[in-house]
Amino acid sequence: METATVTNGASIELEPAVDIPSSCNHYYLNMGPQHPSTHGVLRVLLEMDGEYVVEAQPVLGYGHRMHEKMAEHKTWMAFMPNTGRMDYAAALPYNHGYVSLFERLCGIEVPARAEYIRVITSELNRIVSHHLWLGAFLLDLGAFTPILYTFDDREQVLDILEDVTGSRLTYCYYRVGGVCKDIDDKFVERTRAFIKRQRERFKVYNELVTGNIIFLKRVEGVGIITPEMARRYGVTGPVLRGSGIAYDIRKAEPYSVYDKFDFEIPVGKTGDSLDRYLVRLEEMEQSLRIIEQALDQLPEGPYLGKVPKKLKLPTGDSSFAVEAARGELTYYLVSGGGDIPYRLKIRVPSYSNLSVLPELGKGLLIADLVAAMGSLDLVIPEIDR
Amino acid sequence: MPPELLRMIITAVLVVAFVFLNAMILGYMERKVSAHIQRRPGLMEVGPHGVLQLIVDGLKLIGKQLVVPEGASPFLFRLAPLLSFVPCVLPFVVIPFSRKLQAVSMDVSLIYILAMTSINVIAILVAGWASNNKYSLFGTFRSVAQAVSYEIPMLLSLLSVILITSTFSLKGIIEAQKYYWFILIQPVAFIIYFISGLAETNRAPFDMPEAESELTAGFHTEYSGMGFSFFFLAEYANMFTVCSIATILFLGGWKGIPLPLGDYTGIVWFLLKVYGLLFVMIWVRWTYPRVRFDQLMTFCWKYLIPFSLANLLITAVVVKII
Repeated sequence: METATVTNGASIELEPAVDIPSSCNHYYLNMGPQHPSTHGVLRVLLEMDGEYVVEAQPVLGYGHRMHEKMAEHKTWMAFMPNTGRMDYAAALPYNHGYVSLFERLCGIEVPARAEYIRVITSELNRIVSHHLWLGAFLLDLGAFTPILYTFDDREQVLDILEDVTGSRLTYCYYRVGGVCKDIDDKFVERTRAFIKRQRERFKVYNELVTGNIIFLKRVEGVGIITPEMARRYGVTGPVLRGSGIAYDIRKAEPYSVYDKFDFEIPVGKTGDSLDRYLVRLEEMEQSLRIIEQALDQLPEGPYLGKVPKKLKLPTGDSSFAVEAARGELTYYLVSGGGDIPYRLKIRVPSYSNLSVLPELGKGLLIADLVAAMGSLDLVIPEIDR
Repeated sequence: MPPELLRMIITAVLVVAFVFLNAMILGYMERKVSAHIQRRPGLMEVGPHGVLQLIVDGLKLIGKQLVVPEGASPFLFRLAPLLSFVPCVLPFVVIPFSRKLQAVSMDVSLIYILAMTSINVIAILVAGWASNNKYSLFGTFRSVAQAVSYEIPMLLSLLSVILITSTFSLKGIIEAQKYYWFILIQPVAFIIYFISGLAETNRAPFDMPEAESELTAGFHTEYSGMGFSFFFLAEYANMFTVCSIATILFLGGWKGIPLPLGDYTGIVWFLLKVYGLLFVMIWVRWTYPRVRFDQLMTFCWKYLIPFSLANLLITAVVVKII
């Protein structure tokens, strides 16, 4: 094992790189934790041969906040706001998984209207997340302008979500048994207007980006993840679907009311960065379809069901998986009774998606590594949590 | 004081003043144009529509400390910005802004300009080497390879104009475009020149040396304060030079529809054309993604150089026949 000493005095072990003679002019390059294209506090230690990456080693832990440990020291309800602070780009699916876990564990009925509201807001949040990714990904490729366009659209959704949830980024909107505030006609109206606008905007995105020859040359065939490789690392979400495997929790094990909607799972062909880009764009369109149907079917009724004042957790363990914006999110809870969980394990999609990077990065140019990493759509606070 | 010396001093002052003014105009233009491309207002705070923002920015940069990083070579580190800036000022001496407004008239003024703009590469090399930073070194490698490669199609495309005019004097070239602009008979040369010019000035989509998503800020990662601003000034001065060569060789220089401004008509047309081209440069930058480095080199060696050679050959044959 080789050891690299880093600036803060700590040393980390590196796996020996493949067949490098010791006289070779390889050198280490620290990409991050402060680097324009690692988005957050990811650090990638690169062993470079000229402009080629020999070895890419992600170093984690710069944004660790002990969320899982906090869950063992708080009542389950008090942990609720923490769920919105792991993946700041799409917090509502995190809310969704958490409350659904307790609903299943304690056998609580959720009113139909609440389920529809959850689906609508979750899908809006997924679109917001993909907006953010789209802008940031293109920024990694050196296109400055698209991020302003996507943020313009993102702003529209955030305004809608702000009205109903009360916050713009780190939501804490769902409650066990429903949601904390009902949606009104104004919300429905604004959401419909947004859907119409967003469909127009896809044309703008395609004109500005998708057909651009420079963009295509940068992403086509870059960072190929084969289906076999994706399975090996437990990759989920749009990254997995980009590799051609149509796996989506919303279809595979439908939770909430997802089985009532007609939508497709977009898949890629080769698993390169372009496929992941196209899959996410198509996913936004599919989310719009789900929202449209949900708004049409929206039932009347209460938005918060009957929940006992003091909810005691039964002894045992339970897990619940939802499709977050980046892939499969699983909460696994072990309870020993009482209202403080014994252990809460959170399986986040970005962690598995990042673990592909060392194999993916081998032999890429540094510019391609940035493109490939951008296409994985990593949110670092979710990995470190 | 001998009149020749006085003339030199006035020229020097005017040229340096113009370089600074140009950087301010371009800086403002870049930020405003990019803002409108991105559908935002851009500079609005200092002065009407933010016109004074660049003055404030300049003062801020002057007030900042130039931090010499640990392990850097202090002499070379401080030398590099000047080495970059000074050769970028010198071409302005021979640029004919109008029929009478040219500080020094030289027979080989075109070669002089091209020689001066090439020195910039050395400055980038020194800056990257002296910074003791891997990202800077990266930017330097790229920049040198890029500048050396793109100089070839650039010169070849200019050469086809020279074959027609058979003079290196910028004034002579403008006079030769009496009835039509050379862009009409040399469109390929103009396009190749403009693309190479984008690459020479390290502008997007060819801004390899400062590709911030890969290299943070490339060769000037470690520079702050006036060190940075000299590179910044040099980049804008270089852009102006590249565009003014394009204007002179392909767009007829100061020629244009006569306006009731007497001798100033020439300057108006000249500056309009140059800033029009600069606008295109800015427009391109804020629209396209960045190409990859190997694609950039492939593009130069496989497409631009063969095309410019073919263009040169055809021009030579046609000139010979006529």
